[in-house]
Amino acid sequence: MVQQQPQILRPETLVEEFKKNGVTHIITIPDSETNYLYELMLEQDWLDVVPVSREGETMGVALGLNVAGKVPVCLIQNTGMMESGDSIRGMALDSGFPLVMVIGYRGWTRWGNTPDTAATYTEPFLNAFRINYYLVEHDEDGDRISEAFAEARDTNRPVVVLVGDEYHGFNR
Amino acid sequence: MLDPIDVFNTFAPHRGNAIVTSAGTAGRHWQDVSDQPARDIALGGAMGHTTSAAFGLALGLPDEKIVLFDAEGSLLMNLGVIASIAGKRPKNFIHFVLDNECYATTGGQPVPNSAEIDYAAMAKGAGYTAAYNFDDLEDFATSIEDIMNEDGPVMVSIKIQPEVQNLPIGLRERRVTRSRAETINDLRAELGIS
Repeated sequence: MVQQQPQILRPETLVEEFKKNGVTHIITIPDSETNYLYELMLEQDWLDVVPVSREGETMGVALGLNVAGKVPVCLIQNTGMMESGDSIRGMALDSGFPLVMVIGYRGWTRWGNTPDTAATYTEPFLNAFRINYYLVEHDEDGDRISEAFAEARDTNRPVVVLVGDEYHGFNR
Repeated sequence: MLDPIDVFNTFAPHRGNAIVTSAGTAGRHWQDVSDQPARDIALGGAMGHTTSAAFGLALGLPDEKIVLFDAEGSLLMNLGVIASIAGKRPKNFIHFVLDNECYATTGGQPVPNSAEIDYAAMAKGAGYTAAYNFDDLEDFATSIEDIMNEDGPVMVSIKIQPEVQNLPIGLRERRVTRSRAETINDLRAELGIS
């Protein structure tokens, strides 16, 4: 009997969506599950990866890049997003520019309850900041990433892509 | 300690066409000295992140020189950014730190280890191509031309006199003449960025 490969979110899907939407820079702190995505991004000659020291830097760097006419994306984990509250407010929301933030949803489970408070507070945090978000779990959700980019462009606001499966498919 | 207005007046003839942004209490004086307001940009708005935004601007505009007049209290709130900047080595980035050794805007309380901390040494250790300390206007004046011709990232830390604010916020003189959005739009128009 052939065992079916579980549906996963491939890092290639993220990179394809970035290219489709004209992304020029990824500002990031890698989290525990994104090493392959990180290496894949480094291989793209159209994409500049900007490693930073703390997640709150990503929104400020993104603002500067946006002023310069570039298309940045912030790629961080939910824990760092919560650390970045003032930067999200002052650099992203108050500046009014289209910004997609791809957030690793540490602790997320499909059945709702989780022992990880990083997950418990992720969506309430985004709701408090009135930031819309799109959950992606596997490749079939890739279109939602483009929807997030379209919404960010239409509204000149930050929009979040919550990555519920952190690129490997182990959370099921 | 230098008067921040003397610092700006000494820097101004060496600006060339650099894009300039500033932070902190002393940074407000730049708008009184600048003769190219379309190339001045306000990137404040979140504690410590003017540095991050100026770094992003330097990455996005590699053919323009980007000058940041940072404040030491602001930099301390986001100190890891010096490693981020050094990691990307933006040749076009000159990072001044106007160090008044205190949080002037909240009444002059000292920043941590205010008298001994060495920002230039930290920047050099993080990987900036060069870093300097100045506590004398003449030394600064004789060095600034060479500094502006160096490949970045370069840090220039300058001890300045504090201008301590004690009035309630609502009673202070507002010195902002253009909003952040207006400065962004003006710079984009200047550079032809749509």
